[in-house]
Amino acid sequence: MVTLQHYLLISAILFALGTVGVLTRRNAIVIFMCVELMLNAVNLTFIALSKFLGNLDGQVFVFFVMTVAAAEAAVGLALMIAFYKNRESIDVEEMNLMKW
Amino acid sequence: MELAFFSLVAVTAVISGIMVITCRSPINSALSLVLTFFCLATFYVMLDAPFMAAIQVLVYAGAIMVLIIFVIMLLNLRTEVSRASTHALVIGSVLGVAVLLELFVLISRGTLTGFKGMITPQLVERLGHTELIGAALYTDFLLPFEVTSILLLAAIVGAVVLAKKKI
Repeated sequence: MVTLQHYLLISAILFALGTVGVLTRRNAIVIFMCVELMLNAVNLTFIALSKFLGNLDGQVFVFFVMTVAAAEAAVGLALMIAFYKNRESIDVEEMNLMKW
Repeated sequence: MELAFFSLVAVTAVISGIMVITCRSPINSALSLVLTFFCLATFYVMLDAPFMAAIQVLVYAGAIMVLIIFVIMLLNLRTEVSRASTHALVIGSVLGVAVLLELFVLISRGTLTGFKGMITPQLVERLGHTELIGAALYTDFLLPFEVTSILLLAAIVGAVVLAKKKI
């Protein structure tokens, strides 16, 4: 029998993987994909809890999370292209204009 | 049977998640991420949310990932030659393990409270998931739904401004 805990566990593992990716990778697009992975882990939590509470509100929130992710993809990728045009690279180590 | 299928999908999801963060080439990471999204869509079907599974495949695996792969190909990104410096790797891994442990403790010690709603698998099957989501979206969540359109408008304007020649 698959219980709520199983889904929450998978979601936790995926979220932690996304965190490690964001902190260790240097390519901006890979970091962006790791953020998407974390968002999806949270979506899984929302849907699992929504099923086990018998309430649809969580699934509507997943809908909004997906909208925010789409908006983030459009603006984030445009930013990366603009950065690449200026620096010929999307390595995050080179984004140091405001670094202390 | 259900548990065996769940384990299969879960193992696939975790392995492809690990591949997302370890592959040297960004295009391999992107394709692994698509696999993770499909595994998550399978979970959504198992959780009686077929509409969300369809949206997951159409919007995430379809639209967002195609956009990311387009950008990877447009920028002609190659495999990373230099790896992250070791202290970043160590600190990142330690923090990741800390997050994982924290979530494990939370899941194992925490209990689920709150009011039980009235949505059952039978109701979803009888009325249809799309209809239930649509009813919730256009009644209880009408204002957030409208605000979302402003967010999307801002995203469109932002992307167009950023794509200008001189910035």
